[in-house]
Amino acid sequence: MDLATTLTGFVALYIFMLAAFTGYEIIGRVPSILHTPLMSGSNFVHGIVVVGAMYALLNATSLVEQIIGFVGVLLGAGNAAGGYVVTERMLEMFKPSDKKQPAGEQKKA
Amino acid sequence: MNLTPQFIIDACYFAAAFLFIYGLKRMSSPVTARSGIMVAGIGMLVAVLASFLYYFGVNDAALPHLGTNVVFAAVALFLGTAWAWWSGKRVAMTAMPQMVALYNGMGGGAAACIAAVELLRTNAVHQTIPLLLAVVGALIGAVSLSGSLIAWAKLDGRINGVWRIGGQQILNGIVFLATLGVGIYIVFVAHGHAAPGIVAAFFIGALIFGVMMTMPIGGADMPVVISLYNAFTGLAVGFEGYVLQNPALMIAGMVVGSAGTLLTLLMAKAMNRSVSNVIFSNFGDGGGEQQGEIKGSQKPAEAGDAAINMRYASKVIIAPGYGLAVAQAQHKLYEFVKLLTDAGVEVKFAIHPVAGRMPGHMNVLLAEAGVPYDMIYDLEDINGEFKEADVAVVIGANDTVNPAARTNKSSPIYGMPILNVDQARQVYVIKRGQGKGYSGVENELFFADNCNLVYGDAQKVMVAMIQAVKSLEGGGH
Repeated sequence: MDLATTLTGFVALYIFMLAAFTGYEIIGRVPSILHTPLMSGSNFVHGIVVVGAMYALLNATSLVEQIIGFVGVLLGAGNAAGGYVVTERMLEMFKPSDKKQPAGEQKKA
Repeated sequence: MNLTPQFIIDACYFAAAFLFIYGLKRMSSPVTARSGIMVAGIGMLVAVLASFLYYFGVNDAALPHLGTNVVFAAVALFLGTAWAWWSGKRVAMTAMPQMVALYNGMGGGAAACIAAVELLRTNAVHQTIPLLLAVVGALIGAVSLSGSLIAWAKLDGRINGVWRIGGQQILNGIVFLATLGVGIYIVFVAHGHAAPGIVAAFFIGALIFGVMMTMPIGGADMPVVISLYNAFTGLAVGFEGYVLQNPALMIAGMVVGSAGTLLTLLMAKAMNRSVSNVIFSNFGDGGGEQQGEIKGSQKPAEAGDAAINMRYASKVIIAPGYGLAVAQAQHKLYEFVKLLTDAGVEVKFAIHPVAGRMPGHMNVLLAEAGVPYDMIYDLEDINGEFKEADVAVVIGANDTVNPAARTNKSSPIYGMPILNVDQARQVYVIKRGQGKGYSGVENELFFADNCNLVYGDAQKVMVAMIQAVKSLEGGGH
């Protein structure tokens, strides 16, 4: 397909470098109590892989490619959706709540 | 400038990349964290919806299959999302780490799938650099997939204990080098036109390596390992993003790759281990005896007796763990602690770096219950004080207080820093039953002379303790 941008060579290297520093800076100043929610949050963010899998599936030309693409989208969607739900539930603990009663865990079950 | 589908896709990806980074930034402060995940979630939604516009730009060879492919994509998206949403809502807060591992493994698998499609596309002309990154990403993604699955199974109690064989390190090395060799063949000899069997062999090798790498790692080290695989998946996604010339994947993947790497290092540091120590220390031990017979017996105690003992102590240190979180007993615990401090008892909370199986989890739960920060101490700050404590209370913790980590070199958790609760004059352990910790190790602390066990749900035990102290106050005056 016709791509509007070509991200090769140094352009790609620049993107990788700047993205790497961004990730480092975001996590570097975080209080340790947020380590786990952030691990989960970053787990959600790489769920974007589903988009790549969709590209691969839509461009599939053979049954094998279709099957692999299908599995890829399935897994990627699970990564994104699961990562979101789990992170959101974890971060709920940061609500300034004193009303949350001990049985709160059960209501989701 | 035409509003072509590709332009809309590019614009949406740009928006998604911005929203991801802004969302992560907001997630890095407790005040804004909740809105952060929503911001990132909107980014994901925008990117996924925009991706259906690929419909208008597929390559000619795929055109005859386009209808089927779109249906496939929609079905896969729906099934994956529905299952993950359902399982994520359903899972108990305490089982979060293994779910993160599972979802992370799925992401790694998706990255590997992208690479597989690319490597099987033998009709295309492959350039060396994209091909190389596709293979490297595939390797990392596949290792992350199978490794995360093992981590999930271990944390979920589906695989127990550690699995070691003699010369494992060498065997792992052979599997890794063989896989790498096949990868090099695909890139530099076959130039991306390798036979499907060889590509399959490459992926199988990578998957096996992920399993072999994770199996010998003890349960207590799993949070570090999950974080490492999280970073792996990020890198794999970034590399596959380059292959697909997709900037959203490149940016999101690399941000997670570096953030995850740093997070892994921070977690390992909190446990006083290096990452390589976590991964390799158990290799090549040749199995051997896990531990000797433990002498003594487990002595039960009544909640009320334990409470009164604490009421007349001068210094009490509380070591909360996983079980406290399960029972949601932190509010009752703090109510009990207030009774003690009102009576003049000095009370401190000792938090192990991985208490609750997730670093920082316990701090959150205690803060939520209103425990002031100056009562909460980290492991290195409080470990010297157990010697002076009259009573140490362990609530739902196990591996993090197991003295075997200090003394027993053959124990799977040897070398992990622990809270030295066994040095207190009297130790009370509040736990549900006689089970082992999730590393699968028997805890010799429970058999020690100065240790009594209070069996029961942590919340019920705390209620009984509060009553015992209150009735004492009422009767005494």
